[in-house]
Amino acid sequence: MSLTNDQLQAVAHLARIAVEPDWAEALRSDINGILEQADRLDDPRLNDLEPMAHPLDQVQRLRPDEVTETDDRETLMAAAPAQENGLFLVPKVIE
Amino acid sequence: MSDYVIPSGWEAVIGLEIHAQLATRSKIFSGASTAFGAEPNAQACAVDLGLPGVLPVLNEGAVRMASLFGLAIDAEISRVSSFDRKNYFYPDLPKGYQTTQLARPIVVGGQVTITTGEGKQAREHTINVTRAHLEEDAGKSLHEDFHGMTGIDLNRAGTPLIEIVSEPDMRTPEQAVAYARKIHAIVQYLGICDGNMQEGSFRVDANVSVRPEGETAFGTRAEIKNVNSFRFLQRAIEFEIERQVDLLETGGEVVQCTRLYDPDRDETRLMRTKEDADDYRYFPCPDLLPVVLDEATIKSWRAQLPELPDAKAGRYQSEYGLSAYDAGVLTASRATAEYFEAVIARDGADPKLAANWVMGEVAALLNRLELEIGDCPVPADKLADLLERIGDGTLSNKLGREVFEALAEEGGSVDAIIEARGLKQISDTGAIEAMVDEVIAANPGQVEAYRGGKDKLFGFFVGQVMKAAKGKANPQAVNEVLKRRLDGD
Amino acid sequence: MSTSDIPHRGGDAALINASIAELRAGLAAGEYTANDLSAAFAARIETIDPSLNSLVSRVEPVEPASETGRLAGIPYVHKDIFCAKGTRTTCGSRMLADWVAPYDSTVHERLTRSGAVLLGKANMDEFAMGSSNENSHFGAVANPWDTNAVPGGSSGGSAAAVAARLVPFATGTDTGGSIRQPAAFCGVTGIKPTYGRVSRYGMIAYASSFDQGGVIAKSAEDCATVLGEMAGFDERDSTSADREVPDYAATLNDSIAGLRVGIPRQWFSEALDPAVGDAVTAAIDELRAAGAETVEIDLPDADIALAAYYLLAPAEASSNLSRFDGVRFGYRCEDPKDLQDLYERSRSEGFGAEVKRRILVGTYALSAGYYDAFYRRAQKARRLVTDHFQRAFEQCDVIAGPVTPTPAFDRGAHSDDPAKMYLEDIFTIPVNLAGLPGMSVPAGFVAGRPVGLQLIGRHFDEARLLNVAHQYQQRVDWHTRMPSLGGDSSNH
Repeated sequence: MSLTNDQLQAVAHLARIAVEPDWAEALRSDINGILEQADRLDDPRLNDLEPMAHPLDQVQRLRPDEVTETDDRETLMAAAPAQENGLFLVPKVIE
Repeated sequence: MSDYVIPSGWEAVIGLEIHAQLATRSKIFSGASTAFGAEPNAQACAVDLGLPGVLPVLNEGAVRMASLFGLAIDAEISRVSSFDRKNYFYPDLPKGYQTTQLARPIVVGGQVTITTGEGKQAREHTINVTRAHLEEDAGKSLHEDFHGMTGIDLNRAGTPLIEIVSEPDMRTPEQAVAYARKIHAIVQYLGICDGNMQEGSFRVDANVSVRPEGETAFGTRAEIKNVNSFRFLQRAIEFEIERQVDLLETGGEVVQCTRLYDPDRDETRLMRTKEDADDYRYFPCPDLLPVVLDEATIKSWRAQLPELPDAKAGRYQSEYGLSAYDAGVLTASRATAEYFEAVIARDGADPKLAANWVMGEVAALLNRLELEIGDCPVPADKLADLLERIGDGTLSNKLGREVFEALAEEGGSVDAIIEARGLKQISDTGAIEAMVDEVIAANPGQVEAYRGGKDKLFGFFVGQVMKAAKGKANPQAVNEVLKRRLDGD
Repeated sequence: MSTSDIPHRGGDAALINASIAELRAGLAAGEYTANDLSAAFAARIETIDPSLNSLVSRVEPVEPASETGRLAGIPYVHKDIFCAKGTRTTCGSRMLADWVAPYDSTVHERLTRSGAVLLGKANMDEFAMGSSNENSHFGAVANPWDTNAVPGGSSGGSAAAVAARLVPFATGTDTGGSIRQPAAFCGVTGIKPTYGRVSRYGMIAYASSFDQGGVIAKSAEDCATVLGEMAGFDERDSTSADREVPDYAATLNDSIAGLRVGIPRQWFSEALDPAVGDAVTAAIDELRAAGAETVEIDLPDADIALAAYYLLAPAEASSNLSRFDGVRFGYRCEDPKDLQDLYERSRSEGFGAEVKRRILVGTYALSAGYYDAFYRRAQKARRLVTDHFQRAFEQCDVIAGPVTPTPAFDRGAHSDDPAKMYLEDIFTIPVNLAGLPGMSVPAGFVAGRPVGLQLIGRHFDEARLLNVAHQYQQRVDWHTRMPSLGGDSSNH
């Protein structure tokens, strides 16, 4: 399986990463090198195996429904690149 | 209800996706409060903000509430469910993904029964629910002007939701509204959602398509978002059916798309077509493990189920002798049923009288004031006092309405209002006899005519006595005395 | 103050080479105070680190939070992936170059409670993606044994700092080998515990179902002490294991006579540098001399494991790293013209090439139409590899083999070919797929560069790994060797 330039640009858009033309070719060849390895997964022994999402066979623990956090806005928002009146600011979102 | 009729020769196919915010104290994956109305971002903790390194831990309350919903609609509660990530970029989505349940939802299947029409036109329909899954809500984008920027408030981010997905089982806007109302009633009966549509606690998206009558294949559908009242839901679906039928009848084609309902213009507007739809790259959330529920837990939750609207309506009919329609109206919302039950909790209360008052005077008052029954200016115990005075003959129905108005406007106690306004009904036979005698004495001509066979004049005498009594005489007693005096002598 | 100012038996070399137990004894005996100790190591950092670049931040030492904890007064550095409130936490990225963590990771909280004293944050491959520490926004790290060589990665700064005796221990994280490989390259001891043993809360995620925090120290004994303090259940991490942490020190001295050591025959193939193979074989002979039995086992499909890992880890990363969007924290591009521009430029300028490469691979692997061929298939491969380990552990108690196919390579040697670089992880990655505990123990040198012996255990069998490593270290002195460093007067 190999990645075309159009696919690369589509994936880059999904990931919100700009792929400039001068990097695209090298990047595409790198990614294709990685995807080539993925051909090894075309192994019939895998067909009937249960996909494994986690290394341990554990179940989700449930937290009691209690409020444990208090307002810590000042600390938590200290690193915001742009803020006003307790809101994070972003360029105008058009709906 | 609207008297909308689908264009002849066409059938609409409607399915709803309902997002109900769960009434937990804390968020689905963090210990931050879910209370509405805090200062922006004051209830967004490190986990809600998606700071580097934070991790989610699932709230037991959210799992329990979602399961209660499933039990209430007779669905299957998944013994193993799991969370997936839905990846997309949006400023109100802090982590760049929404944690939701795609592959293994907690609630599978289930159904609700709805009734449309009244009296002889009443029809029952079963609407099937495909699934209901747990997920986290996003924050809010505030578009007021911050120097041309948008403000992001993440207080709502991480509030637990259940998304309830119906089968495309509805054929009219009326059915869709009835279904949405039924789900709304159920979540409120269960106490798992406050149902506030204005604040967005209960949000309805509608998938609408049309097809020629008799066709079995589905048409291309549009998804309508942003509907925040039942009335708008009705209007939005009506508009959308008309739009699609017009398109198809004029040789056009329906394009799969997402549309926004604009209540000001009463129309749906294109938001995006399928082509611009994101590729959400769902995959199992590696930070959360499978949620496993055992039989004992589910059994203990089942035991917590309250009496639900359909069961309650059945009981109102069998226990109180109410009509199916009245029972349906009184149980349509938990708040109405609670109000009604509080009124009839009084010893000796007459459920039918109470039902008439709740559906009549109370509903009219609320309608006039645009209030919900929970905010009714005449609380249930006051109405019970009032009905008690009607029951014991102190008040006529007419005087009762006057007291009710006074209660609504000024408050106070029923007896004090009766006293202050002198509204007490005259039931004393002696006093009524005296008034009747006066009227007979003052109208000899009419008495003669009546006794000569002009029966219709009886009403004239009643009117004269009531006039003399300033309307306060017990009408039944007036009738009896008049009859005795006029016919007997 | 420099180390030489401290009145101490044996002077400098003894102090910087002292075990944690010895340092604790020195503190208890009043030979020096915690402040003396932190000042001494801080001074050593000041002198030595400029030539290594193993740290990205220095932290002003504070009084230990405990006087009696097992790590009371012991200086250390964190891999700069662990959040420590009020401390810059960069993850080796421009994206977080100025980010001050507003909260503590569980690991930091526990080490602090135990009395450990933080002296700095260690350099690392950006977002833990790399095997050479060349992918750091803060520059490459030199291998203290040979400054032309890489220290390994992604916990390269942690391994180099411990190798250069800048601190008695350092934290690390291991997603595909990121503790074991740099520990091997730098000649220090490192343990990656079982997935779920150490809380991931506050440890910036790369690939959540693989990431595991651990320790890099001079010896298995020190690793045992530190791991005992770091490990344990954390209610803030849903994947944290709710089980007792054994007293790792208590079993260090157990005999390994009769222990069955599995040797994976497939790992001693042409992929392995013969000289590395010789060193590892010699180490295994030493285990045998200590009474262990060896048994050949099968661990096939390393190539499948590698292929699966390099789809699964980037897939998880592509999602985990979506939060770096320039909105709430971290790097934001100048004058974004709209939202799209804010996202794209903040991420493109904030992330380095390898991070972007992995995000793109992961995004592709999860995208519509490819999920089944890539992601789901890779999850099945994960099961296959895990099953292989399960079968192997029916025949043995621990597995021993190489950590890496070669000793530390030269800087720049693999930077043009990511796929080749990924081969560095061929012996470490299968362990992460299965979530098993693994260790790297110094086992000699090839051409002046260290070689590591890898020990792999059953789930939650860290005590046994530490026991075997300690017994080995009772018989050899590789772990006591120290590189000669410019500006260091205490060389051997």
